Amino acid sequence: MRWYRSSIGKKVLMAASGLVLLGFVAMHLLGNLLIYQGPDALNAYAKKLRDLGLLLWAARGGLLVALVVHVWTSIALSLENRRARPQRYAVQRTRETTIAARSMLVSGVMVTAYLVYHLLHFTFRVTNPDISHAMDRFGHPDVYAMVVLSFQQPAISIAYIIGMAAVCLHLSHGIGSACQSLGLNDERTIPAVAFIGRLIAVVLFIGYTAIPLSVLAGLVTIRGTLP
Amino acid sequence: MKLTLRLWRQRSARDTGRFEQYQVADISPDMSFLEMLDSLNEQLCAERKEPVAFDHDCREGICGMCSLVINGLAHGSDRGVAACQLHMRRFKDGDMITIEPWRAKAFPIIKDLVVDRSAFDRIIQAGGYVSVDTGDAPEANTVPVPKPAAETAMDAAACIGCGACVAACPNASAMLFVAAKVSHLAKLPQGQEERRRRVRSMVEAMDREGFGNCTNHFECMAACPKSIHVTFIARLNREYLKASTRRSSEDIH
Ligand code: HEM
Ligand code: FES
Repeated sequence: MRWYRSSIGKKVLMAASGLVLLGFVAMHLLGNLLIYQGPDALNAYAKKLRDLGLLLWAARGGLLVALVVHVWTSIALSLENRRARPQRYAVQRTRETTIAARSMLVSGVMVTAYLVYHLLHFTFRVTNPDISHAMDRFGHPDVYAMVVLSFQQPAISIAYIIGMAAVCLHLSHGIGSACQSLGLNDERTIPAVAFIGRLIAVVLFIGYTAIPLSVLAGLVTIRGTLP
Repeated sequence: MKLTLRLWRQRSARDTGRFEQYQVADISPDMSFLEMLDSLNEQLCAERKEPVAFDHDCREGICGMCSLVINGLAHGSDRGVAACQLHMRRFKDGDMITIEPWRAKAFPIIKDLVVDRSAFDRIIQAGGYVSVDTGDAPEANTVPVPKPAAETAMDAAACIGCGACVAACPNASAMLFVAAKVSHLAKLPQGQEERRRRVRSMVEAMDREGFGNCTNHFECMAACPKSIHVTFIARLNREYLKASTRRSSEDIH
């Protein structure tokens, strides 16, 4: 049997691809936070990314591969888990597990739904064409205006906050779990790694949701950040 | 104490099975859980009814035969204890106790609360032999074993193979069992010769039996009567990855 077809092999692939996606989620936040430096900073950053050309496509390709591997292994493993206990317990109590751990498949599916919406909204710009095609004063696509005008609509902001809650619930179990699946843990590090994983998830949640909340609160406006 | 028992009854592997309720009286808090079931069976025999089949042997927590899910917890609510060492003082007069067998596809029910755990035996068989010199038993200290390695190996070797890890796992995964068995030999000098082949074939055997996959809920550790730590699962993952990515002369068997 090839190693990656085994139960452990699939877990390792899921963990490694999950960590690649985590790397993206973290880098993406750092880019987004440029919004607090005003329109020119964010739009210049967006232009720099687009100017990477082939490199950008290579990164997107890599992320797509990671996502496909992650979703494929998660479905395969979940189906096997379902089959491993055809008859449920009438009464089942738990002592160690968490809500996040028990709802990984649900949060994963929510992340997928969020991802589709997010790409349609900001990357392919089909959900709000009226506010997504403006140009800034240098003649570059005005990403800043698109973000601010979108988040001024409470429904869009709420959709993003729910999406980020799903991502962070997923990661609050996923990061610690991935370290265990990759065999990086020992008896002393298991609780520490679980704690750091949850901390990263919470920091990401605060960082990401701060943006729609700042727009809704009027701290970030179409002309820039209030002093 | 008077108790109501809600017990899983199933005549054979092919029967669909159902819960049945029984009343037991005069249960002393000093009885073990299995003694309480004994008194139920005496009562059933006196009424000329079929007694309840349940597994047990040593009744002192070392053989790994007892296997009851008590109110939703494998081996009951005490940590680090097998069902045979659970005492009735953990329950109150008038309690209703639900008792189920281990539930996993790889552990088919034979009768009532008795399941077939030979899947574990086949995993052990897949592990194969350990190369040692034949002849007279060697002097015990001929092969030095560092103290920390001996301790870790002993922690893993404490596994009695009861299957509570599988029963408690939301995915019915056998990872804690296999991790304990792989780790205790991997830590000892005697286990080195077949180290890589052993972990690969035991994981393959585990997968063949239809156990689920570990998603790190750690319920196994909470249910284990020997409190075997999930650190051994991380070790198993490491051992398996190393053995699978590096081919060696061991493969020519
Ligand atoms: C931004 C996207 C995502 C990130 C950063 C991410 C991250 C992770 C990480 C780090 C793990 C832990 C791996 C392990 O347990 O060894 C994980 C597990 C998992 N992911 Fe994701 N994931 C993402 C998207 C998804 C999607 C779209 C799905 C689903 C359809 C999904 C379903 C799962 C499942 C079912 C698990 C297994 C849970 C478990 O081991 O208990 N994930 N994810
Ligand atoms: S009967 Fe031997 S461990 Fe419980």
